[in-house]
Amino acid sequence: MFRKLTLTAAVAFGLASGSAYAAGSETHIEDFDFSFEGPFGAYDTNQLQRGLQVYTEICSACHGLKFVSFRNLHDEGGPALPEDQMRAYAEFYQVFDETLFDGEGDFRTATPADHFPESGLSNAPDLSLMAKARAGFHGPYGSGINQFFKGMGGPEYIATLLSAYEEEPQCAQDMETPMDGYYNTAFAPGGYPDECKGDHGEHLYPGSWIGMSPPLYGDDVEFADGHSTELEHISQDVAAFLMWTAEPKMMARKQAGLTGVIFLTVLSVLLYLTNKRLWAPHKGGATRKD
Amino acid sequence: MGGIPHDHYDPKTRGEKWLDGRLPIVGLLYTTVMAPTPKNLNWMWIWGIVLTFTLAMQIATGVVLVMHYTPHVDMAFSSVEHIMRNVNGGHMIRYFHMNGASLFFVAVYAHMFRGLYYGSYKAPREVTWIIGMLIFILMMATGFLGYVLPWGQMSFHGTAVITGLFGAIPLVGETLQTWLLGAGAVGQPALNRFFSLHYLLPFLIAGLVIVHIWAFHTTGNNNPTGVEVRRGSKDEADKDTLPFWPYFVIKDLFALAVILAIFVAIVGFMPNFLGHPDNYIEANALATPAHIVPEWYFLPFYAILRAFDNTVWVVIFAEWISFGIIDAKFFGVLAMFGAIVVMALVPWLDTSSVRSGRYRPMFKWWFGVLVVDFVVLMWAGAMPAEGIYPIIALIGATYWFAYFLVILPLLGVIEKPMTPPATIEDDFNAHYAPKDDDTQPIVSPAE
Repeated sequence: MFRKLTLTAAVAFGLASGSAYAAGSETHIEDFDFSFEGPFGAYDTNQLQRGLQVYTEICSACHGLKFVSFRNLHDEGGPALPEDQMRAYAEFYQVFDETLFDGEGDFRTATPADHFPESGLSNAPDLSLMAKARAGFHGPYGSGINQFFKGMGGPEYIATLLSAYEEEPQCAQDMETPMDGYYNTAFAPGGYPDECKGDHGEHLYPGSWIGMSPPLYGDDVEFADGHSTELEHISQDVAAFLMWTAEPKMMARKQAGLTGVIFLTVLSVLLYLTNKRLWAPHKGGATRKD
Repeated sequence: MGGIPHDHYDPKTRGEKWLDGRLPIVGLLYTTVMAPTPKNLNWMWIWGIVLTFTLAMQIATGVVLVMHYTPHVDMAFSSVEHIMRNVNGGHMIRYFHMNGASLFFVAVYAHMFRGLYYGSYKAPREVTWIIGMLIFILMMATGFLGYVLPWGQMSFHGTAVITGLFGAIPLVGETLQTWLLGAGAVGQPALNRFFSLHYLLPFLIAGLVIVHIWAFHTTGNNNPTGVEVRRGSKDEADKDTLPFWPYFVIKDLFALAVILAIFVAIVGFMPNFLGHPDNYIEANALATPAHIVPEWYFLPFYAILRAFDNTVWVVIFAEWISFGIIDAKFFGVLAMFGAIVVMALVPWLDTSSVRSGRYRPMFKWWFGVLVVDFVVLMWAGAMPAEGIYPIIALIGATYWFAYFLVILPLLGVIEKPMTPPATIEDDFNAHYAPKDDDTQPIVSPAE
């Protein structure tokens, strides 16, 4: 079950063409339940591997992952590919090595130490950190509640965006020169035609026009384990994978956090008792009047 | 300490006497650690320890981060990612440092509002207060400089906006801005010098912290009653005070452990909650974020900066009377710095004869409104500058100035304060009854 949430998308975005921020541009971001939410949440290794497959077969045509090394695919708390699979995966890529060919550089087969390539298209952003860069759900009204209590974040945005392509509203279809791009109800910072604005400049329809054509339709990939390839499921798989590329140490971090909280809680109790005992003779001991 | 009668260090062994004759450092530490402290201090007096700890933590984590960080416009962003991904424990060190800034400001705001409520700024503690304000300003400078270093979108464009404030100063503004940035715009020279200063200022803060402690150890701590420790004799002073060690050290450490448990939970479970997601996009001069929002701890002052646009009558009047030298932008800058200046001047703006807000029936309410006002300004600063928000910010900013410049001076005249207890001992005993002779304590002190 997904809770439909209306979010002021203006807060969620950085890059923008200013006009899209007129009052009333709201998008719907679905609050998916990802396995890694909450203090005890963990990445689902199988889901990360499925997401890697979706990225490899579809997203990587245009988008890079320049901060991620191939060796990271072998990491615990990540996709955890067996080492031989990780090495084989790296060999699938050609990377540019500027030390080759007497300093002029040449392409060679990638090794585990290499990074994923950068984006192939200039207008396709690198996806390494996208799940953290699109996590701006400090709503409603800047209170931070969506993020704090519902665990809303970048993966919710990515998964929603990938399945939020819809037919253009009638007002846009009636235009003489059609809008550039594709209508997406989750995307806020894109172009928006005046024809679809109300009397006060408010947007009559959610979202805006995005440059990226619909990347996923459902059944775009085939999983070896026969897992569902419905649009909704593969969108979540790739969103989970991108959360891992953005925050590869999340598991280690939560473990450290939990250890720290337990340690400090015990320490607090001990210090509380020490303090109570220390002060008791000065506070009249057992005879304190409340 | 200072005027409060207390025990002095007495070197006993030959080695101690040898050192004490040459450098009385042990005696200095003894006097500092054993300082007689009002025994009625409440839980709002724990923030000093939290701040000291946080300063040490920020310096320690910062020193390690510098070992892996590259202050170059092409490499800064990826070197932070290198810390997050490849440096052993780097992700924790970086998140501790990043959220440590927030802990620092939570603690300093609590510390400052404590001082404002209990009148800790009043004579004879004005110098302590002024040094505290200098520390606060240096903290804000350090926080701002540090935020530039990851070289994300908000780092870059935030720097452009804030240094642009200096550009708003008439006549010398643009020259000053160029001098600060080392160039006409934010770039490599700015990143290099901000990095250098971000490393320098914490040590200046540490130096001022020592002076801050020196100052309030000379006057003695304030306390919730605002009544001074009796200094007629050591016996009298002993009835009002207990030594800092162990009584307040253990109490403060308990509070610190509780606060750190919450802090570690934030670092471990939601380290980016207080940050802005745009800073995970590498700086790009050509793409300006839709909303440039400073970190949360700057928001109240940012709201005051933005509140005074050219539709406000005082701004229009200022522009007219100054023949256009003070325009709306410069007025906003003056208001933002003025908001801190009026706070620094509060020792001379508060005319009340009673120190602690606990015994000031009218002051309590105005102070409560000030705290709410601060939170409202913080929220308004995060909202876009359109619709109702600038009006809320303007009301909030007006109250901020009215509190310090009008309400506090007037309250001292029209308010009839209650009578504080005669001594700290009386206050303490009113909360914690003295031992009855026929009742034994359940626990005995650990001696």
